[in-house]
Amino acid sequence: MPSDIGFKLVSARFGNLEAQTLAGYEKSGGYGTLRKALAMRPEDLINEVKASNLRGRGGAGFSTGTKWGFVPKDAKQVHLVCNADESEPGTCKDRELIYWDPHLLIEGMIISAHALKAVHNYIYIRGEMMREYAVLQKAVDEAYARGYLGKNILGTGLNVELTVHRGAGAYICGEETALLNSLEGLRGQPRLKPPFPAVKGLFGNPTIVNNVETLMNVPFIVDKGGAWFNDLGTGRSGGTRMLCVSGHVNKPGVFELPMGITFNQIINDVCGGVWKGRNVKAVIPGGVSMPPLDASELDVPCEFDALQTDERIKPVFVRPGQQFDLGGGRALRTMAGSGGVVVMDDSSDIPKYVWRIMKFFAHESCGQCTPCREGTGWLEKVSRRVADGKGKEGDLELLASISHGIAGNTICALGDAAAWPMLGFLTKFRPDFEAAIARNKDKAA
Amino acid sequence: MQGNTPMSLEFSADAQKKIAALCERYPTKQPVVMAALHLAQKEHGHLSDDALRLVAATLGLPYAHVYGVATFYTMYRREPSGKTTIRMCTNISCMMRGGYEVLAAFESKLGVKKGGTTSDKKFTLIEEECIAACANAPCAVVGTKYFLDLTPGDVGKVIAELEGNPSPESEVV
Repeated sequence: MPSDIGFKLVSARFGNLEAQTLAGYEKSGGYGTLRKALAMRPEDLINEVKASNLRGRGGAGFSTGTKWGFVPKDAKQVHLVCNADESEPGTCKDRELIYWDPHLLIEGMIISAHALKAVHNYIYIRGEMMREYAVLQKAVDEAYARGYLGKNILGTGLNVELTVHRGAGAYICGEETALLNSLEGLRGQPRLKPPFPAVKGLFGNPTIVNNVETLMNVPFIVDKGGAWFNDLGTGRSGGTRMLCVSGHVNKPGVFELPMGITFNQIINDVCGGVWKGRNVKAVIPGGVSMPPLDASELDVPCEFDALQTDERIKPVFVRPGQQFDLGGGRALRTMAGSGGVVVMDDSSDIPKYVWRIMKFFAHESCGQCTPCREGTGWLEKVSRRVADGKGKEGDLELLASISHGIAGNTICALGDAAAWPMLGFLTKFRPDFEAAIARNKDKAA
Repeated sequence: MQGNTPMSLEFSADAQKKIAALCERYPTKQPVVMAALHLAQKEHGHLSDDALRLVAATLGLPYAHVYGVATFYTMYRREPSGKTTIRMCTNISCMMRGGYEVLAAFESKLGVKKGGTTSDKKFTLIEEECIAACANAPCAVVGTKYFLDLTPGDVGKVIAELEGNPSPESEVV
């Protein structure tokens, strides 16, 4: 049965500071699943996760069990890496999860490491998360002292090592291959795929990179079973979902919500409606990398498949008359992304907000691929002059053309992450951009 | 390694111990470069050429490699900075609720532009990208402290609190 609003798994200990300590975590049932999991065979654990329909909470929504299944059977050494580099604008769940329940992440990692037969494991935590780093490192130290981590854990003969690796400021390190390079002590520039990390990742070994929230769900799947977890969701995605709602709502916040909840329910039932008695103009459904929804598209569930395929969401266009093609004629609508829901009211200055998003991507492009390095810079410059009322005739076509030139032509998805929202906003809010250009008395190109 | 310039800087015994322990956590010493740079910055204030040489020599890495890493990540500073770094977010969720106005209030109260350091070396002000506290926008992160739901009117109070209780980023290194 799908979960109700108020049902909590990974956020159940929010507000309970005592749970940050090992003793407090154990008191509330923590590490109870670990013994059960360590007694299970790794392949049975993987099958349970496959049955759970757990999908990656970092952004792509890929099946966790399937990803785990990609590790070659004859691998000599495997690594599990937790991606705690949360930095997608609008997203603020992993930071809260680590702060309130660091041991749940550690328990999830130990169980997952056993499933993957991984000995040397790492948590890559964003450099700016200084408070959370301190909390997490303390928790890891406690887990070592208690024998949950290290050699021969709990007398099982299994070795599970866990090292917290601090980043130092780079959005791109949230991309999994950039993250692996950063873990190896390199500049955080993405790697060309294939090979995928599950085959050749950290130090050349098969590596599974999973998001914080993803790994924190694993103990519940082992405890209650994959089928139980799957039933909580929509049938296509198991479990609950952490959503971060920000922007123009009365009660912004980080909430654990049913997988099938719609945007209208999120805004009205969870967040107390749009502030100042206004109406919604636009919603970014999952971090700024994702194309926006307009006010007519908010009855769609905030779920991975629905956001990609629900025909109530209009496709993104490259220019009027030309649909953006994801390949094979597939339309780009939007994606669930990282759970960062940004609500914009009907007084929003859309061109100005889009400029700020483009400024971000221009700042964070790693510089490796020309279309992204140069293109994001131009997107920022041109969107800025449009937002400032200095736009020229033809600027919207120019923005679309630059975006189309970036999308699909770079090593990693950062290029797409800039191009997609640019095209999405141009598709759905074109009159706002046209009005901004009309403000310029000297707009002839 | 860059030249045969004699190295003038050293790591403290504590930092050397930390680096040695970290070297046990990875198959090679190269991954420790990030932690070693954080430590060098903590002990020497910023990452001068000499500090980079120190890290390179400690880990047996080429100077060029260490230089490349140090200049890729925004938290590594090649120039001196204030004791406390205020990282004020202006990204989308913060911008939509007045983040730029709060940043302007910090600039005016501290008498520096973003990126600048006060003349008494107490504060550096950074315009930061999203700090993952969007539900409490506008927000700033200062070492292990967060300042949430800020308005321009709160800025004086924040600075006064940090004057009394600095929150240097090096505390967690």
